[in-house]
Amino acid sequence: MAAQELTGAEIVIKALVDQGVDTIFGYPGGAVLPIYDALFQQNKIRHVLVRHEQGAVHAAEGYARSTGKPGVVLVTSGPGATNAVTGLTDALMDSIPLVCLTGQVATHLIGNDAFQECDTVGITRPCTKHNWLVNSAKELTRVMHEAFYVATNGRPGPVVIDIPKNVQFEKAEYVGPQNVVHKTYRPKVKGDVEAIKAAVDLIATAKKPIFYTGGGIINSGPFASQLLREFVKLTGFPITSTLMGLGAFPASDKQWLGMLGMHGTYEANNAMHDCDVMINIGARFDDRVTGRIDAFAPNSKKIHIDIDASSINKIIHADIGIVGDAGHVLEDMIRIWKSKAVKIDKSALADWWKQIDHWRDRRSLDYKKSDEIIKPQYAIERLYQLTKDRETYITTEVGQHQMWAAQHYHFEKPNRWLTSGGLGTMGYGLPAAIGVQIAHPDALVIDIAGEASIQMCIQEISTAMQFMAPVKIFILNNEYMGMVRQWQELLHGGRYSHSYSESLPDFVKLAEAFGAVGIRAKTPGELDDKIKQMIDTPGPVVFDCVVDKFENCYPMIPSGAAHNEMILGDDPEAAMVTEEGKMLV
Amino acid sequence: MSNESNIERHTIAVLVDNEAGVLARVIGLFSGRGYNIESLTVAEVDQAEHTSRITVVTVGTPMVIEQIKAQLARLVPVHKVVDLTVDTKAVEREMALIKVSGSGDKRVEALRLSDAFRARVIDTTHNSFVFEVTGAPDKIDAFIGLMRPLGLVDVSRTGVVAIARGPEAM
Repeated sequence: MAAQELTGAEIVIKALVDQGVDTIFGYPGGAVLPIYDALFQQNKIRHVLVRHEQGAVHAAEGYARSTGKPGVVLVTSGPGATNAVTGLTDALMDSIPLVCLTGQVATHLIGNDAFQECDTVGITRPCTKHNWLVNSAKELTRVMHEAFYVATNGRPGPVVIDIPKNVQFEKAEYVGPQNVVHKTYRPKVKGDVEAIKAAVDLIATAKKPIFYTGGGIINSGPFASQLLREFVKLTGFPITSTLMGLGAFPASDKQWLGMLGMHGTYEANNAMHDCDVMINIGARFDDRVTGRIDAFAPNSKKIHIDIDASSINKIIHADIGIVGDAGHVLEDMIRIWKSKAVKIDKSALADWWKQIDHWRDRRSLDYKKSDEIIKPQYAIERLYQLTKDRETYITTEVGQHQMWAAQHYHFEKPNRWLTSGGLGTMGYGLPAAIGVQIAHPDALVIDIAGEASIQMCIQEISTAMQFMAPVKIFILNNEYMGMVRQWQELLHGGRYSHSYSESLPDFVKLAEAFGAVGIRAKTPGELDDKIKQMIDTPGPVVFDCVVDKFENCYPMIPSGAAHNEMILGDDPEAAMVTEEGKMLV
Repeated sequence: MSNESNIERHTIAVLVDNEAGVLARVIGLFSGRGYNIESLTVAEVDQAEHTSRITVVTVGTPMVIEQIKAQLARLVPVHKVVDLTVDTKAVEREMALIKVSGSGDKRVEALRLSDAFRARVIDTTHNSFVFEVTGAPDKIDAFIGLMRPLGLVDVSRTGVVAIARGPEAM
């Protein structure tokens, strides 16, 4: 075949098409005009114009996490790139595969403080899995294909390709993805068989076992979730999950204990604390999960399965560490489990379940009901009941509403729950919801938001309108940055320093200003009808759900405390935070 | 998990693809995650393959050292990470250029001591020497210590380079 000579901009588009990309999220500017011009002259890739580059990255994250495909972002140099940094960091922390293309000033201007110049590769180096500055069109094809390989293989993550404007005009030969092999990057996906055998032997001895699973299962793909279900059924063990892992195991199952961690259930956290064998699959012992490290599951042997070797023994010592993809390792583990015909200690397991049921009876997610005022937990419960039988995707912003959503909305399938777990980015939910909706036009996509968080990327309602993405923004409006207020109450003597949401917009009118529909609910009595009205509205909706201003999110492990030192909602006096704990929040 | 009492010093060799910014990635990893760098050297070692070798000397608890190696290994352009302190017996060398100014007895004494350390004089004026000295870091420390009262004015050190003993490559 004769060598094809294309411009850099054409190479970018062709590489995207060859990588199976159908949608990109972006915002034009001077340094990416040639790529936008090439985009204009084709019809294979759909471009979703956002209103702020942070929105583009979160939308791409939503697209990626709900489809399992990498998200693609296109932004200009300078402010375009710096505005993308929050989203990139978010994707790095939550292991979301993204390819972000940034324009750059022409190569001869780099380093001269040119207009809209910034050191994009320097700025994004710590917030990407890898990044490239492409100095000539000759390198561009290779870098494009390598970027997709690096973003999606091993532990997924965001990558940046910085493309100077002159490189976008320069002509070079195009090479297909099958001809590009990365020089160094060979992540290990198959776990060591001896270690897996040792893990099976250890699991077989367990009397008080627990599965502790995370986002790694989701990232591995739907097959890993299936295998997890199979293995959990085979063993009969209890299972809990991190915020990022919700949906990998069905919440309606008897073996499900709910989420663990700072706002996890009483039964999940106590079972973690008292377990004798912990099977961690694709979770990373985040500080929001472990609580006080030296009191973390003190009498347990720990098996840690993670695709990233640096996650193992980073925070918690693993007795058996297995580096590999969750799906591959689970497959081997199930095979070995079956071939060994493992006999577990059934009577010990029955006792363990009896203990767990005792913790369950504490009903840690209960709250005081009200007929006059909408309790935020009640709002989520009703939202769940009225949407659970549909194809529903939930995104969130960050704060109390996020934790209530995690506690009271229940997931049966993976990839249906999208939240900013690691970075905790307010403003994530709306653009992420748009990304989900673009990928799943017929699904019901709801951003469960707070009145403070939603204002951080609220301009994206305009994007939703333009692209007819009928996302539903469900705002739990308590007129406070609720989680900040909760901590000020618990840790700072109730001095609510700057946590009141002053001068709030009228969200109904705001929706109307964008051309969307605004709905307000103020009483529990009207909530169901209004939620149904929201669901039945064909376009984007902003739902202003006026909730109890002073409700706190419980249960809670106070900072610096252990899993078995939880504060429960009906016993908040126990909310003692040590001086050391204050430093940890 | 950090325990002040079990701090260890390790020399780690990292073979990297010699692409733009690779050194910044390694240094950024250490600064961003709060690891120590005692010394760091880097140069291309294979022109045809475009590989560079970074030798980094670091200190930390065994858990931190394991983390450092795992973090280095997950950088995309890294070919290989070897802990020369643990995995192999290694030889370590460092070179220093040391300037001593002065005259009279002190000048004579500096020259005499340099001979004992097999340092070479590579520049001289009527009232100064530049010595080139090679050896393990503690030998260089000792030489610098001896030069201090004799008119030491300037020191330039390469940092440690290291290689495993025996016939195998890293």
